[in-house]
Amino acid sequence: MKIVVAGYGPAAHRFADTLTGRGFAGTLTVIGEEPRHAYDRVALTSHLSGPPGTVDLTYPEITGIGAIRLGDRVTAIDRAGRAVTTAAGHREPYDVLVLATGSAPFVPPVPGAGRAFVYRTIDDLDAIRAASAGATSGVVIGGGLLGLEAADALRGLGLATHVVEMAGWLMPRQVDEGGGAVLRGHIERLGLTVHTGVGLDRIEDDRVVLADGTEIPADVVVFSAGVRPRDELARECGLAVGPRGGVVVDEGMRTSDPAIYAIGECALAGGAVYGLVAPCFTMAEVAARRVLGEDVAFTGADTSTKLKLLGVDVASFGRLSGALDVTYMDPVGGVYKKLFVSDDARTLLGGICVGDATPYTMLRPLVGRELTASPSDLLFAGAGAAMTGADFPDDAQVCSCNNVTRGEIGKAVSDLGVTDVAGVKKCTRAGTSCGSCVPTLAAILAAEGVTLSKALCEHFDHSRPELFDIVRVRGITTFSQLIAEHGRGRGCDICKPVIASILASLGGGHVLEGEQAALQDTNDHFLANIQKNGTYSVVPRIPGGEITPEKLIVIGEVARDFGLYTKITGGQRIDLFGARVEQLPKIWRRLVDAGFESGHAYGKALRTVKSCVGSTWCRYGVQDSVGMAIALELRYRGLRSPHKIKSAVSGCARECAEARSKDFGIIATDNGWNLYVGGNGGFKPRHADLLASDLSDEALVRTIDRFLMFYIRTADRLQRTAAWVEGIGLDYLREVIIDDSLGICADLDEAMARHVEGYFDEWRATIDDPDKMRRFVSFVNAPDVPDPSIVFETERDQIKPVLVEVSRS
Amino acid sequence: MTLAPHAPAPPAAARTWTRVCAYADLLPERGAAALVLGRQIALFRTFDGEVFAVGNRDPFSGAYVMSRGIVGSRGAEPVVAAPMHKQVFSLVTGVCLDDPMAALPVYPVRVAGGVVEIDIATAGEVSAA
Ligand SMILES: Cc1cc2nc3c(=O)[nH]c(=O)nc-3n(C[C@H](O)[C@H](O)[C@H](O)COP(=O)(O)OP(=O)(O)OC[C@H]3O[C@@H](n4cnc5c(N)ncnc54)[C@H](O)[C@@H]3O)c2cc1C
Repeated sequence: MKIVVAGYGPAAHRFADTLTGRGFAGTLTVIGEEPRHAYDRVALTSHLSGPPGTVDLTYPEITGIGAIRLGDRVTAIDRAGRAVTTAAGHREPYDVLVLATGSAPFVPPVPGAGRAFVYRTIDDLDAIRAASAGATSGVVIGGGLLGLEAADALRGLGLATHVVEMAGWLMPRQVDEGGGAVLRGHIERLGLTVHTGVGLDRIEDDRVVLADGTEIPADVVVFSAGVRPRDELARECGLAVGPRGGVVVDEGMRTSDPAIYAIGECALAGGAVYGLVAPCFTMAEVAARRVLGEDVAFTGADTSTKLKLLGVDVASFGRLSGALDVTYMDPVGGVYKKLFVSDDARTLLGGICVGDATPYTMLRPLVGRELTASPSDLLFAGAGAAMTGADFPDDAQVCSCNNVTRGEIGKAVSDLGVTDVAGVKKCTRAGTSCGSCVPTLAAILAAEGVTLSKALCEHFDHSRPELFDIVRVRGITTFSQLIAEHGRGRGCDICKPVIASILASLGGGHVLEGEQAALQDTNDHFLANIQKNGTYSVVPRIPGGEITPEKLIVIGEVARDFGLYTKITGGQRIDLFGARVEQLPKIWRRLVDAGFESGHAYGKALRTVKSCVGSTWCRYGVQDSVGMAIALELRYRGLRSPHKIKSAVSGCARECAEARSKDFGIIATDNGWNLYVGGNGGFKPRHADLLASDLSDEALVRTIDRFLMFYIRTADRLQRTAAWVEGIGLDYLREVIIDDSLGICADLDEAMARHVEGYFDEWRATIDDPDKMRRFVSFVNAPDVPDPSIVFETERDQIKPVLVEVSRS
Repeated sequence: MTLAPHAPAPPAAARTWTRVCAYADLLPERGAAALVLGRQIALFRTFDGEVFAVGNRDPFSGAYVMSRGIVGSRGAEPVVAAPMHKQVFSLVTGVCLDDPMAALPVYPVRVAGGVVEIDIATAGEVSAA
């Protein structure tokens, strides 16, 4: 059988993946108009988030596709002759044709529309980026989901950006007027200007003019005014299409010609065109399995949406109207929640959330069902409080992305013996797409009586804190001994680095000593940070961010002599990129000779203690923040821990060092220091909590010593202090490390004293030891031949890796 | 990409062995990269002293880094985890245990007189030509 797929977007990719994954034995040809492999369009905006070429959205390659024609377009379907023709002049015969042509942005026919951009493909975004260089103003026409995403992208490109929405409020398809108002507040706080209830009149050379005469300067104009299914091929060959577009299909995704299927956004299934990727995936799977003879059907999809848009949670589910509704609105906090219920207030119909999506996760599965608590309790008490996994009826859909019900999850537990969330994901696919139902999965497992396993991995039944205690109390010094006595097998990439870290925290000597070397992840193994092309980056320690001109010159000379890319890090030091393994010792010889030492940027260890300039120079400073930062960084340097540790010291309450975003942050007061713990930037920002105030230098150091040691002993693998502090609670932490409620403080103090005493520079010890140096060769049989796959090009006068081609034939 | 049938293994006598390095050059439970007739090979010496040879290119990231992964076991299978994103590959078959659509080429390897030798011509691999 020969299958031809027209289009190579998400739907086509999932189709090919399902087909080949299920043992399809015929030939599969894919023809895609875009000049690249299928990529994650949902994440399109991230294409603009870094310099060109840094974000790779490409989907994983699929083995088993016979031929992929990229940059070619299907131009006609010859139904009688069962063949398609393409723009490049190919004629491709088929037994089965699959249309996966997606949709195209709608461009309203207004004067000047020719100079506007659309927001659909990587090429569109590259064009927008190019046009934004040197531009200052931008306008997005359309205030829906995509319009706001596009507006934020323009803002990110440095343009003063306006959004124009014809409806009375933003995101009119997902939220009601109240939600729209709260959303508008969020958007405006981000610096975007919003115009609602007004249409576009025309686009001129340097501005757009709205229907009410308002003129907005606009170097760059982007349309995001809806999409239209790309059904032109179907129309021209006489397939049935809907009155408002879309290729008509049955529940097996078959068009009016039994040899032709249509999937994804170009299909009109059950009278609806779906503009979300999850239903497109389902359609693709249904079509693939139909082709293989299975009896599966697409019976519609949940169009609930939950998004993080510009940092704001926006979610809606079920019906967005109803006899009764309950609303919670906090315009100051930017939260709006509304539930729609039946007229007896007992059945949940749907809901809208802006600014806080917790009700979404817990309540969406209960749409159409009798409520277990009053609607206001559900809104106010937080859905989690009112609902446990047991409350979900068996046929409630828990994962809407993959259409998995409560009952199927129960079966995975009872029949298949699943014991954790990972197992549920594997058996049912629930929670594998957007992930918003994962908390619910855990609640259901608990309701099923499963105690979640704390086993680190298949080799150890213990958690990290348990292993820490075993190693500490039993005085175990090698991985081999630990796994022989307390585990099984030969370990893996999960348990080995954990044990390596535990041994190091307990003063196990050099991380590359003897057997320990085999436990280290590549970063610790080469004492450098691996980058995407297999080269490494080098970060010498610059305590507190203070550095002499002489040392700066050495870093500059080293970077120049080895041709490295240099970048100032967020931790007030300098990162040197592009070093090959065999160059690392030569680079470090120069650095060590100039008085530098390892910065442990590669380790789960203390990274940096940032500082502001403090009372020495600053007219506001009340304490010497630089001096304290240096003292702390030197004290805790090299301390291995469950995850990286960052710190900062601010010399006054203005907090220029951003200490409250750190694992431990110190802010000077008139009387000493305030200590904050459990802060985080990154993926889930959290402000650190005040642990103790007005500490003397000695009390500060002692409290941090205990905080860090207690964390190292009791945190889970890869658990940052933020999650750890939240887990144990600030009060308990205070009891243990300040009031000594467990009587372990002397022990913690002593452990830290041993660390400080035992510190040595890992890099110096490495280059002085021929045995440890053995690993720093490009090839074991050609130690001086540089890896030929590492190639650089020049950008802004520095090197950058030439992307390693991930070959998909 | 097409799935090439596994090349029928020639009888052991018909193999062409290329010397790569001394067995002692390999660190226990770690890998080492080797350049053999222009190809990048990742050699691994496991806990029990066995030696495996697979392709050094990580099919997920495209970088030549497999030799730097952590060696261990999954069930009874000796494995290596890709250092970039930690997908686990069997050292015996080369197949990715987390995503069986991906695989590393595997090369026959032997230790003769303290020297590690591989047969570069015979790769049981999913051809990536
Ligand atoms: C910026 C952005 C953000 C989004 N965010 C979300 C989100 O958060 N959540 C969500 O669920 N969805 C989101 N979506 C929607 C999601 O991307 C689409 O639902 C999905 O891409 C549809 O997949 P598809 O394969 O049907 O169509 P498409 O992705 O449009 O792919 C169709 C492909 O076929 C090609 N093609 C068309 N005609 C031909 C032809 N004649 N010959 C050859 N090739 C052809 C096209 O060039 C295109 O590459 C977003 C979309 C965008 C643009």
